[in-house]
Amino acid sequence: MTLHQKSRRPRLPSTFSLLSLFEAMATPHALDRYLELVDPMTTVRDLRAEITAVHRSTRDTVTLTMRPTQQWRGFEAGQFVQVGVVIDGVRHTRCYSPSCSQYRDDGRIELTVKAHPEGLVSQHLHRNAREGLVVSLSQADGTFHIPRPRPAGVLLISGGSGITPVLSMLRTLLDEGYSGDLTFLHYAYTESDVSHRTQLDAIAAAHDNIRIVFAYTDQEQGGDLHGFFGAEHLRSAAPWYADAETYLCGPPGLMRGVENVYADLGLEDRLHLEEFAPPLAVVTGDVGGEVSFTESGKVGDNSGLTLLEQAEEAGLTPAYGCRMGICFTCTSVKTSGCTKNIKTGETDSEPDKKIQLCVSVPVGDVAIEI
Amino acid sequence: MFAIPSPSLSLLPFMSTSDSPREQPVPTTLSYEQVQELGRELDEMRARTVAKLGSEDREYIYKIIKAQRGLEITGRALMYLPFLPPAWLAGVGALVLSKILDNMEIGHNVMHGQYDWMREPEFNSQVFEWDTVCPADQWKHSHNYMHHTFTNIVGKDRDIGYSLLRMDEGQKWNPYYLGNPVYAFFLMLLFEWGVMLHDLEIENVVKGKRKWHDVKPLLGGMWRKAGKQVLKDYLIFPALTGPFFASTVVGNVGANLIRNLWTYSIIFCGHFPTGVQTFTEDETSDESQGEWYVRQMLGSANIEGSPLFHIMSGNLSHQIEHHLFPDLPAHRYPELAPEVEALCEKYGLPYNSGGFFNQIGSVWGKIFKLALPNSLTGSKPTVGVIVERKKVAA
Repeated sequence: MTLHQKSRRPRLPSTFSLLSLFEAMATPHALDRYLELVDPMTTVRDLRAEITAVHRSTRDTVTLTMRPTQQWRGFEAGQFVQVGVVIDGVRHTRCYSPSCSQYRDDGRIELTVKAHPEGLVSQHLHRNAREGLVVSLSQADGTFHIPRPRPAGVLLISGGSGITPVLSMLRTLLDEGYSGDLTFLHYAYTESDVSHRTQLDAIAAAHDNIRIVFAYTDQEQGGDLHGFFGAEHLRSAAPWYADAETYLCGPPGLMRGVENVYADLGLEDRLHLEEFAPPLAVVTGDVGGEVSFTESGKVGDNSGLTLLEQAEEAGLTPAYGCRMGICFTCTSVKTSGCTKNIKTGETDSEPDKKIQLCVSVPVGDVAIEI
Repeated sequence: MFAIPSPSLSLLPFMSTSDSPREQPVPTTLSYEQVQELGRELDEMRARTVAKLGSEDREYIYKIIKAQRGLEITGRALMYLPFLPPAWLAGVGALVLSKILDNMEIGHNVMHGQYDWMREPEFNSQVFEWDTVCPADQWKHSHNYMHHTFTNIVGKDRDIGYSLLRMDEGQKWNPYYLGNPVYAFFLMLLFEWGVMLHDLEIENVVKGKRKWHDVKPLLGGMWRKAGKQVLKDYLIFPALTGPFFASTVVGNVGANLIRNLWTYSIIFCGHFPTGVQTFTEDETSDESQGEWYVRQMLGSANIEGSPLFHIMSGNLSHQIEHHLFPDLPAHRYPELAPEVEALCEKYGLPYNSGGFFNQIGSVWGKIFKLALPNSLTGSKPTVGVIVERKKVAA
């Protein structure tokens, strides 16, 4: 998937005819292919963003403030965007949730990126993000947001870098003058791992109806709660939880813990969550897993053949040409999973990547957009 | 499938249809094992290059893009000065260079998937369009798939003669071919239109092998793409120069024409100079990767020249390297060329390379010669390289 394809035509009624004249002059290339050579932030179609501020709040997180180009249509607190940066000549895109209020006056967005030890993009941004860097951006997407009218009570639970979408929810509700009960329960290893802590403390001090609860899993002193999530944590942080809506985002362990407790309490309907798929480990060894073709809804066991052959066995007719990796006719988007190129022997576990079906075999579970 | 009664290996000549300037008196024989080993060495060469791809290649293609866009804007702007002939001529020249860069070093190479690894939407082979009337998707079928998979297989590679010319002695002569040089001349002038029509396979439509409903969607694509190109070059830009409408049309026609002349010449030098071999479907059935590599090497020819010459030919002057590694960024071919040539020497294979005038002269010589039946031109097929293949079961 490409970011630029997602941008829609901006509404420019008065200049429309002039714009279409310029586009006809630029054919077959997009007008932005000329404009970007002068200034990457002057675009008529493509959505991009310029980093305007870089703040490192903990030793492994960096908060980026970005100014999107005019195509940006805003976001709802809890949604995510895809950000693309160039590393060693290759554009890599990753999903991040803005952590700011959706009502920010200057129209900028703020992302907090945690540098994961294995994270190519997060490490790169942590080390190299600087003011003036232009990144590619997608419009906001995702169904994780608080419905209107806002619920009477809101419990926000996050862990680690999952703080960003729920922090955005908190800040958005504050900007709306939210008057219901609101608890923000955040899990971190230790106190020094909490990003945005000073802002959160300030928010708690300024609002009577808002409670910020810090839970530390690796620290027994300080903070409000210790250890992993459980029913006691829930009761202590938000005794009114049964009448509230709960929004959750965090690492898989926390997600499972909260889901289990809510299932025991019969409150599944009140729990809303956002799961960021962790990077897939490269599976080696025997052929296994499932191959799913997402556009056609077909799923089959991985037979070890190339993805083109497996698609054909599943009754699909993807376009193909040489069947030996030279003509690129069968290139399709791998949405998730790990594939191995039988020509080069290289494995690839990056999501949303275009691969050649005829020379790729799945390694474990793989989803292909055909 | 063909059965040969030899005990374990069959000898199959990869026939050479004309005299090679570098032909050895005794034909080279490559054993099955040698071919496999050669294939492994080329695979390694490819892997070494893939491992190097990165910022340097990205910067290179962006540099070319900037040059091309700059030349295009300059060319369009100078069309406002038709009353200063040198300026107007410079404008035509800038537009010629822009279109050549767009078609060859950028378009041809990007659409081969050479820059797909950058994961940059504008440099992706699936979405790129080029500044010529042929729609990208149709060209990728006729070129990337048909030509690059079945390179120089008579009857399958439709680049042999472009269904118009007789470019190989294996093509049966008939009186129509007396006009070979005339057809070639017009194909050269109208090359972009010839490329556009290529995927229609008109000869198959005429013969009834191809149905109207297969062709209809292709015509729609051509109409849309060519319409936009014609509108831009022959209406919008001329109209924008107001009183200079006519001179701008002339300039744009001229630029497209010169670009056609150049692209035709470079492309014809890739597979038709003397010494290039062609193959039959039988010889090439069930090829191994190594055998495929050997066919690409024997079926392609290089042009020697300066670095600028290579850029302006889209590095198709390194046709041999391009056919071995069609999806490696083309600006890497010059650094691969000495290694490929050394491999050819090691295995006793010809490495067909010559200056531009030498190669294009030899192409035109062939165009004239093949206008006549083989019996009149007196040449007889000679064996260039013998490739031993593994025994194929009957």
